[in-house]
Amino acid sequence: MLEIKNLHAEVEGNKILRGIDLTIKAGEVHAIMGPNGSGKSTLSYVLAGKDDYEITEGEILFFGEDVLEMEPEERAAVGMFLAMQYPIEIPGVANMTFLKTALNAQRQTRGEPELKTPDFMKRVKELSAKLNVTQEMLRRPLNVGFSGGEKKRNEILQMALLEPKFCVLDETDSGLDIDALRIVSEGVNALRSEERSMLIITHYQRLLDYIVPDVVHVMSQGRIVKSGDKDLALELEEKGYADYTGGAAA
Amino acid sequence: MAAVKETVDQVREIDVDQYKYGFVTDIETDKAPKGLNEDIIRFISAKKDEPQWMLDWRLDAYKRWQTMQEPTWARVNYPEIDFQDLYYYAAPKNTEGLKSLDEVDPELLRTYEKLGIPLQEQEILAGVSEENRVHTKVAVDAVFDSVSVATTFKEELKKAGVIFCPISEAVKEYPELVQKYLGSVVPVTDNFYATLNSAVFTDGSFVYIPEGVRCPMELSTYFRINEQNTGQFERTLIIADKGSYVSYLEGCTAPQRDENQLHAAVVELVALEDAEIKYSTVQNWYPGDSEGKGGIYNFVTKRGDCREKNAKISWTQVETGSAITWKYPSCILRGENSVGEFYSIAISNGRQQIDSGTKMIHLGKNTSSRIISKGISAGRSENTYRGLVSAHKKASHARNFTQCDSLLIGDQCGAHTVPYIESKNASAVFEHEATTSKISDDQMFYCRARGIGEEEAVALIVNGFVKDVIQQLPMEFAVEAQKLINISLEGSVG
Repeated sequence: MLEIKNLHAEVEGNKILRGIDLTIKAGEVHAIMGPNGSGKSTLSYVLAGKDDYEITEGEILFFGEDVLEMEPEERAAVGMFLAMQYPIEIPGVANMTFLKTALNAQRQTRGEPELKTPDFMKRVKELSAKLNVTQEMLRRPLNVGFSGGEKKRNEILQMALLEPKFCVLDETDSGLDIDALRIVSEGVNALRSEERSMLIITHYQRLLDYIVPDVVHVMSQGRIVKSGDKDLALELEEKGYADYTGGAAA
Repeated sequence: MAAVKETVDQVREIDVDQYKYGFVTDIETDKAPKGLNEDIIRFISAKKDEPQWMLDWRLDAYKRWQTMQEPTWARVNYPEIDFQDLYYYAAPKNTEGLKSLDEVDPELLRTYEKLGIPLQEQEILAGVSEENRVHTKVAVDAVFDSVSVATTFKEELKKAGVIFCPISEAVKEYPELVQKYLGSVVPVTDNFYATLNSAVFTDGSFVYIPEGVRCPMELSTYFRINEQNTGQFERTLIIADKGSYVSYLEGCTAPQRDENQLHAAVVELVALEDAEIKYSTVQNWYPGDSEGKGGIYNFVTKRGDCREKNAKISWTQVETGSAITWKYPSCILRGENSVGEFYSIAISNGRQQIDSGTKMIHLGKNTSSRIISKGISAGRSENTYRGLVSAHKKASHARNFTQCDSLLIGDQCGAHTVPYIESKNASAVFEHEATTSKISDDQMFYCRARGIGEEEAVALIVNGFVKDVIQQLPMEFAVEAQKLINISLEGSVG
């Protein structure tokens, strides 16, 4: 589904990604762990197509298509989704309006008809109930005044509604208490399927107790330095990242 | 959200520099000689077949104007205007003494058709989709250059006792009302442009709503400047007698020309005891091209007087056009418990300059006012909010709430907020909130990462920003205004 080959990226001349190689097959859930500044969030933004990053080498293929040639909105329409670490507030735009605009924009790009309002409402209602997103949150301006947990639940709601093929979850666990973490994880697990892959970026092993990955990667200084199964996460929890950063234990 | 999508589709159809209403109507015109002097004023007055008192009033204003200086305090720059190099009267031929719409020149009817303004007496349809269409009647007074060419639904309104006619007709038909109220809100000596207008005004609308009457339909006036080098000086007077209500809408467009055209209007509103006037404007004068060539100079004095207790005047404006806008729709809150409101969306793009705001002058007890101003600047434009809130000594317990938000698109435009607050009564409570924000790269990225393209994302964010004000417009026009906003911002990203 997704192939990243020798990807190098920099911001304002600072080299952040220094040759990432990663292949994710349909239905797989991969986790990327690593210390602060290792380039995890940069990788997520580069996948989504944020402007500030310059790709100096390498390629990203999604079902064989060159992702780096696509605008962010085109990537979304072909089924790539990034659940952001810091969801953005948009005053005056009702959450529900945003959801509908996004869904129909993607459908339009794919040449599909718009979803009729009653069908849309029904769908949102079902999904929001599962994620404990209240009617009030749907009426409020997008993310404005939402708590950390509300913002993250809202990201997962968008993911569930847009039904992407490949999802990146960037530190979705940060700022969540244990109950919120459970709700979000259940939401994510419900979306796991043979056709859908995920890349989960996190600092902590805790999230991986709930969303059990097929593969765990350790990222350090812009490279993937080790890959293994879910036990690698436990090992990291115990020993820290010291073995991979070349420095002393934190 | 269908409205957003529709506006975006509309935006796509239009090129950056293409102003939809920029066409010229080719029609024979009757003009006064160029320049301004007493003879021109006599010419205008004679053309309108005015009584002596009206001519005297004009000549007094002209004398006063000659002693006045053009104001320079606004944050706008433009070359000096040569007031002798303008035509002060231009009228399509054969518009005098028309009995019905059937007699109006078909070329004029086609012009209004192209502008989307219904001059047939029929219900208009507005609304985004089939199911929420609004069926309403709107009476229209169409002013073309210096004359009113048609007024619809006059008879039906008359049955309700409502007078809606060109002001030139009111001067002859209802002289007592005109003499009593004309210049009573904006005095002849008020300011340079208002005084000029008093001397040379040519047409505009007159509305009188009798005691206890709720006007049975929306009233509106559409102003069109067509002739080259011609100033439009319209004068509107609306009187809402005790316990009456009226909602009035004004729209304006002009052809795309390389020269600047002058528009200096005066609007006076009088609301008596328990009366309410809701005045909405969708201003779409030609703004000039992206380099600042051409466009309308819009110097307008609009003021409402809540003359008696419990009166209410509400101004709503959507300003998207004009090269220069100098405009401060204001309320004098004289009557006890009277209420003044000002809701504004002012959008500048290209090289447009806007200096606009309001004055809320609290004179009576327990008066209250509310100001919601949303300024959006894009391109290389400058957008200034200038507002005064004052409480007189006797205005005990006066209240004002002001919210003034600016949104910047791009980094070459400017937004400025200049609030003046004066209180001579200790019990007055004035609140002022102001924000300035940019459509951030992060907001754009967030929208795009969810599949929403750049232009649609800007439309979505801007529509969210102006929502509070759009809600104040009569429903038939809210959709139109929303479209206009997005068209005005065309080409502002990327």
